[in-house]
Amino acid sequence: MGDRRGLTFWALAAFFALFVLFLYGPIITIGILSFQGERGGLTFHMNGWSTYWFVDLFREQAVGDIWGSFSRSLALGLIVMVVTVVVSVMAGLAFRRPFRGAGVLFYLTVASLIIPSLLISLGIGLMFNIASVDVHWLSSGLGAQLTWTLPFGLLIMFAVFNRFDKSYEEAARDLGASPWQTVRYVVLPIIAPSLIGVALFGFTLSYDEFARTLLTAGSYNTLPLEIFGMTTNVTTPVLYALGTLTTVFSFVVIGTALLVVWLSRRRQARHGSDAGDGLV
Amino acid sequence: MTDIASDLEGDIVAATRPRVRTPRESLASWLLASPLAVVLAIFLLVPLATIVVVSFWGYNEWSFFPDFTWENYEFHLTSAVTWRTYLKTLTYVGMTWVLTLSIGFTVAYFLAFFVRSLTWQIALFLLCTIPFWTSNIIRMISWIPFLGRNGLANSALIEIGLIDAPLEFLLFSDFAVVLAFVHLYTLFMVVPIFNSMMRIDRSLVEAARDAGASGWQILSNVIIPLSKPGIMIGSIFVVTLVMGDFITVRFMSGSQSASVGRIIQNEISLLQYPAAAASAVVLLLTVLIAITLMLRLVDIRKEL
Repeated sequence: MGDRRGLTFWALAAFFALFVLFLYGPIITIGILSFQGERGGLTFHMNGWSTYWFVDLFREQAVGDIWGSFSRSLALGLIVMVVTVVVSVMAGLAFRRPFRGAGVLFYLTVASLIIPSLLISLGIGLMFNIASVDVHWLSSGLGAQLTWTLPFGLLIMFAVFNRFDKSYEEAARDLGASPWQTVRYVVLPIIAPSLIGVALFGFTLSYDEFARTLLTAGSYNTLPLEIFGMTTNVTTPVLYALGTLTTVFSFVVIGTALLVVWLSRRRQARHGSDAGDGLV
Repeated sequence: MTDIASDLEGDIVAATRPRVRTPRESLASWLLASPLAVVLAIFLLVPLATIVVVSFWGYNEWSFFPDFTWENYEFHLTSAVTWRTYLKTLTYVGMTWVLTLSIGFTVAYFLAFFVRSLTWQIALFLLCTIPFWTSNIIRMISWIPFLGRNGLANSALIEIGLIDAPLEFLLFSDFAVVLAFVHLYTLFMVVPIFNSMMRIDRSLVEAARDAGASGWQILSNVIIPLSKPGIMIGSIFVVTLVMGDFITVRFMSGSQSASVGRIIQNEISLLQYPAAAASAVVLLLTVLIAITLMLRLVDIRKEL
């Protein structure tokens, strides 16, 4: 199996290629369609080529507030990202040693991931309603999104610390480093590239979150909520232009994160540092 | 996200193993874990408790108020619509599960056993996971030009003469709903299964081949059993995501199909919060039962 690139290999490779096409095909299609001419519609044929619909995005829209919701999503995404990284690293460090309640906290975290998003949204909305506090994207919205990003952050930290070679820490301790110095100068530099991964999850999952934010964002929409609102009353390719733009934005964010990870790994290797080797 | 899945069990075992700690160490662990515990307490536990409490409350057209009544449950569970909708939702779950599992397994199998260089493995794996970090709403919208009445699929089928008139069932139908589910959630199968497969000791495969096993026998007797933890984690993801969905069903069926999530969302939009809460509790119990059943089928502790 797999020794010679036989028929099985090519059949599976073809299947894989079709899967990738299935994943990316639709998004490429709306990428093309967002360059429709001024009189173009939501489906093919292309009625000429133009950047009209992208320009249109910057004009006053009949409905909604695209740029306001974009800046809210951006701000919320950055806040969620920072909180996710900090809280996940702290919890990750805590879970390296057994402590009372570790099991409960772990199962709670997993539950947070698999409980239907609509229930979280409803529960937080009700909680605020009963407490007579208005829901707001920065309070209830932030909390709702953290229930989605923190489990991913913690699971990544588990994977990271499972491969962490503890002898580096022991060496630091033997040399007289305090626990804080060990974390600051030994542990954090070694796991730094993985933290970029946690940050990527934190930001993108928040930036695209829909179901948990739906009942918790309050009067000001985030971008995904705004886009969903547009699907019911916008029938021009401006919808595609917005979709293309925000997808390109996501790709840039993902690309940057992957690039930074790659560069930092390479830098660790080139400087003869053994930092990256701490992950076995 | 690669190695998360199978590492979990080891961690729970390690973290819950009784061992004497100094008070100082315990305190440090608690302080480090407290932000996570606080966030989950406020935004997960309290909200869920709120739902359970409110499900027993009463309501009228304009408000809801404390009470202790089983009426919300009675109404929800005795309505024929509820049962029909659960059946429909379970149909979506079943179809999506079969499709995502077979596609996800095949893709993971190719990546883990047929792509030889690690660089290529990582590159192709990333190619599969990148859409996970983009918007689900946009990914749903992007099916419109494909499936619509004048969409690519219909044009192509007419072009090659297979059909005379555009097929109406492509967009805004159950077909579209399941297609979107598969499109959105196959990722959740690929990642944990790939992770399980990467941990299979290659010498086991060698040994099976030396003992005369055919490719199929290796697959069914070695690889599939050893991939079970990944299959189970992926299945839990897919089943719970589809069970609780309301947005994909609403968008891709053009509001023509129902799902349990849509019942709840309708009740919310009618401000019938206690009714929505009761439906939510029933949904939560259903999801928990489904997960318990799946955990029964595969003993995760033994498999790792």
